Amino acid sequence: MTEIIKLSATELAEKLRAGEVTSVQAVQAHLDRIAAVDGGERGVNAFLHLNAEEALAVAAEVDTIRAAGGAEAEALHPLAGVPIAIKDLIVTVGQPTTAGSRMLEGWMSPYDATVITKIRAAKLPMLGKTNLDEFAMGSSTEHSAYGPTRNPWDLDRIPGGSGGGSAAAVAAFEAPLALGTDTGGSIRQPGAVTGTVGVKPTYGGVSRYGAIAMASSLDQIGPVSRTVLDSAYLHELIGGHDPRDSTSLNEPVPALVEAARQGLTGDLTGVRVGVIAELQGEGYEAGVQARFDESLEVLRAAGAEIVEVHCPNFKYALGAYYLIMPSEVSSNLAKFDGVRYGKRVIPADGPVTIERVMGATRAAGFGDEVKRRIILGTYALSAGYYDAYYGSAQKVRTLVQRDFDAAFEKADVLISPTAPTVAFALGSKTDDPLAMYLNDVATIPANLAGVPGISVPGGLSEGLPVGIQFLAPAHEDARLYRVGAALESLLEKGWGGPLISQAPDLASAEKEGVA
Amino acid sequence: MAATTEELVDFDEALDKYDPVLGFEVHVELNTKTKMFSDAPNVFGDEPNTNVTPVCLGLPGVLPVVNKTAVEYSILIGLALNCKIAETCGFARKNYFYPDTPKNFQTSQYEDPIAYDGYLDIELEDGEVFRVEIERAHMEEDAGKLTHMGGAAGRIQGADFSLVDYNRAGVPLVEIVTKPIVGAGKRAPELAKAYVAAVREIVKNLGVSDARMERGNVRCDANVSLMPKGADKFGTRSETKNVNSLRAVEHAVRFEIERHAAVLEAGQKVVQETRHWHEDTRTTTAGRPKSDADDYRYFPEPDLVPVVTTAEWIEELRSRLPEPPAERRKRLKADWGYSDAEFRDVVNAGLLDAIEETIAAGASAAVARKWWMGEISRLAKNADTDPEGLGVTPATIVELNGLIEAKKINDKIARQVLEFVLAGEGTPAEIVEKRGLAVVNDDSALGAAIEDAMAAMPDVVAKIKDGKLQAIGALIGPVMKATRGQADAGRVRELVLEKLGVEG
Repeated sequence: MTEIIKLSATELAEKLRAGEVTSVQAVQAHLDRIAAVDGGERGVNAFLHLNAEEALAVAAEVDTIRAAGGAEAEALHPLAGVPIAIKDLIVTVGQPTTAGSRMLEGWMSPYDATVITKIRAAKLPMLGKTNLDEFAMGSSTEHSAYGPTRNPWDLDRIPGGSGGGSAAAVAAFEAPLALGTDTGGSIRQPGAVTGTVGVKPTYGGVSRYGAIAMASSLDQIGPVSRTVLDSAYLHELIGGHDPRDSTSLNEPVPALVEAARQGLTGDLTGVRVGVIAELQGEGYEAGVQARFDESLEVLRAAGAEIVEVHCPNFKYALGAYYLIMPSEVSSNLAKFDGVRYGKRVIPADGPVTIERVMGATRAAGFGDEVKRRIILGTYALSAGYYDAYYGSAQKVRTLVQRDFDAAFEKADVLISPTAPTVAFALGSKTDDPLAMYLNDVATIPANLAGVPGISVPGGLSEGLPVGIQFLAPAHEDARLYRVGAALESLLEKGWGGPLISQAPDLASAEKEGVA
Repeated sequence: MAATTEELVDFDEALDKYDPVLGFEVHVELNTKTKMFSDAPNVFGDEPNTNVTPVCLGLPGVLPVVNKTAVEYSILIGLALNCKIAETCGFARKNYFYPDTPKNFQTSQYEDPIAYDGYLDIELEDGEVFRVEIERAHMEEDAGKLTHMGGAAGRIQGADFSLVDYNRAGVPLVEIVTKPIVGAGKRAPELAKAYVAAVREIVKNLGVSDARMERGNVRCDANVSLMPKGADKFGTRSETKNVNSLRAVEHAVRFEIERHAAVLEAGQKVVQETRHWHEDTRTTTAGRPKSDADDYRYFPEPDLVPVVTTAEWIEELRSRLPEPPAERRKRLKADWGYSDAEFRDVVNAGLLDAIEETIAAGASAAVARKWWMGEISRLAKNADTDPEGLGVTPATIVELNGLIEAKKINDKIARQVLEFVLAGEGTPAEIVEKRGLAVVNDDSALGAAIEDAMAAMPDVVAKIKDGKLQAIGALIGPVMKATRGQADAGRVRELVLEKLGVEG
């Protein structure tokens, strides 16, 4: 029997249903794996909190229901009993939620995010909460107040960000599934650099209620997994209208699993794939470009029609994003002031006034990157600057949307590399925010326009994963699953199996390290 | 800081030289069941911090959802103020740090209020009508309530610590903003009071607010500036915050006119600032300087989608509008035939509804007014409550009056009966029966009592026979005593004269 932790979520779910594996065994196997690879000096550090007791209890409940059989067993969700990891930006009752910040150290939410309510109802055991850049601000997880997460492919490299913890957990076989959030690429870019799959749904496709807001008009919760089909199952579970989120779409969740299964046949006859001229070439590593070009050939061979599309305003997208996002950040993070919850710092000297307590709390509770964005956003919204900064950025946003509209006239889906480079070395860009921001150049346009995007593994460059991104029109998330699954299955034929199976064996590396 | 002056210029003198310009921002708390953006109960007076949800506490991860009823109430207010209703409008964030605001921003409306460009015709006591133009009415959420402990007079300065109650945080508010009101002259304070009273009356009449100023359901910020008579360029304004009674609005405007005039007469400049109103001294003091430099960094609320109002929806709401209070007053005054003074007193006493209901129950307009403005108001004053709060029903008044008209009881006894009714002893007829309060109209019963009294006081009888008719009073006392107060004094007098054969 294949090792439990190496199974995809769908495979594991099959074995749970068939009674070959129990959910308790599955949860325990993942907890063992976490114990083996996550901690220590050179551990992955994907998890900030482990929820072993509750996860095992939920697993036992699923096992009991399955063992009893009957209607209740029949009614179980397809993913019931399959463990999952939760990005620590999503609030959970019974587990701390830190957002990767000292500001919320030890804070326990009194309510569950809507996606967590759905996960509980479907009985997926929650293994714990995963690391992230503080308040999801970063592309490397190095801005976490609780130390960086390491890339399982190379422990000296970044796992991407902000959702590096979720991506690394899935890549390191610490969890088959995870939840992420994507504001400018925080699901897709970590997926790309860890050789995993990550999806940013259409804006409004998944409720944001209970995801601690970074930039409300850009944030989306989405699935993280090792296969496209797994993400489709998880996306269908968490998607759908939520009366607690005014921006959530009031329409049924598309048939994503069906689309992924269709894609797995490898036939893309008649599908028009638009290559975004502006998201390749200069700035993209040669190895990344090479894997991207190979992917295009594979798609063409599968019957897809490859066309070139131009999105001239994408070159302004990064600049617009770094005005809109910090503006919303400056307002969304104002609530963290030490008055009601979380950290409170009383100034050591001088009078204790509310203003000084708020100031001291925010000075001590927030890290540099968060402060940088709050300052940027406060400035961009200020009287006299609003029109030039926030106002202009919103105009760019409209232009980016128009570029997408025009591109989707010519193509059913668009394609680009997910990130311009493979995973870089830990510490190599922490002193250069602009270089760090450039990592998201290909993922940001989708957030500005609200369209869905997926990153799937596209092969290796210098032994490190390269991600391929597909983008679809809003509401057409199903197209992503079809072409994503098709590319995945076709590339895996060439690789002789999933790309992730080429990743180094962390457990033995750890042993060697110790020896 | 610019110089200030404690001296005032006499009101009339001030307005001989200057024209006042007024402006009002009136905040109306809506009485929806739940809050503006969360399903927390909107209830006044509960234990602090019990009517809260994660949303109105601003916990991490929460999102607002607009209360549809609050939008409908806002539209109703807009329509009653003769405003245009926006086809689509959005919310904006007003960013500022203050501990009564859980998110450290207030969700409000900025560039696109739900209602705009309206007016309200304000009738002053002598019938003169001023048209006040409404710039906008927009939706927003209330802040929590801070209580400063340990300092002087509950002020934040010098307080040891402050307590915050978030029950009020997120309560729906409509802020009604006037355009500058020019031309009120010496009637400015009067107009100010009448305007706020009219707004209060309208929202109460609409049923969208409890409209109790003492509870802060209706709160007024009054802007005042002066410009030299005949000028058309407005002077610098002050904004007196939280003037929360009708009388205070009138006094605050008067005070600010006198103060501004003094500043200007002294050759100084009025400082643009907020002012605090002090009810005890009927004065204002400087608050924080308010300038265009106040930067709330407004931007569109990204967590909410725009509110779209269809024509059908607005028309449906328009059909729900009750008769406007001013038109209703005109109609009732004509129907009831009261004099100007009588009607004004009824209006000022807030007894239009009570009298209308009493008339509907069968009383004449005169009888309804006599009771409500007379005995019921007196009892209410003694009990330190509103006349309507006493619990007198229209049916009680109709029944009492019926007993009087049937000569079963007299006015004096009727007043006693009312007190017994309020004490819960039953209906007027039951009480008269039970307590044996019916007037003694039986001449034979009276006659016996009179005979007894005359027999006991022969000297009095002699005086009466001599034509000293005022001596009859001495007989009435014993007769009343003998009949336990139920004798009709007039009839006693008639019978005495009859018996003695004296011409009255």
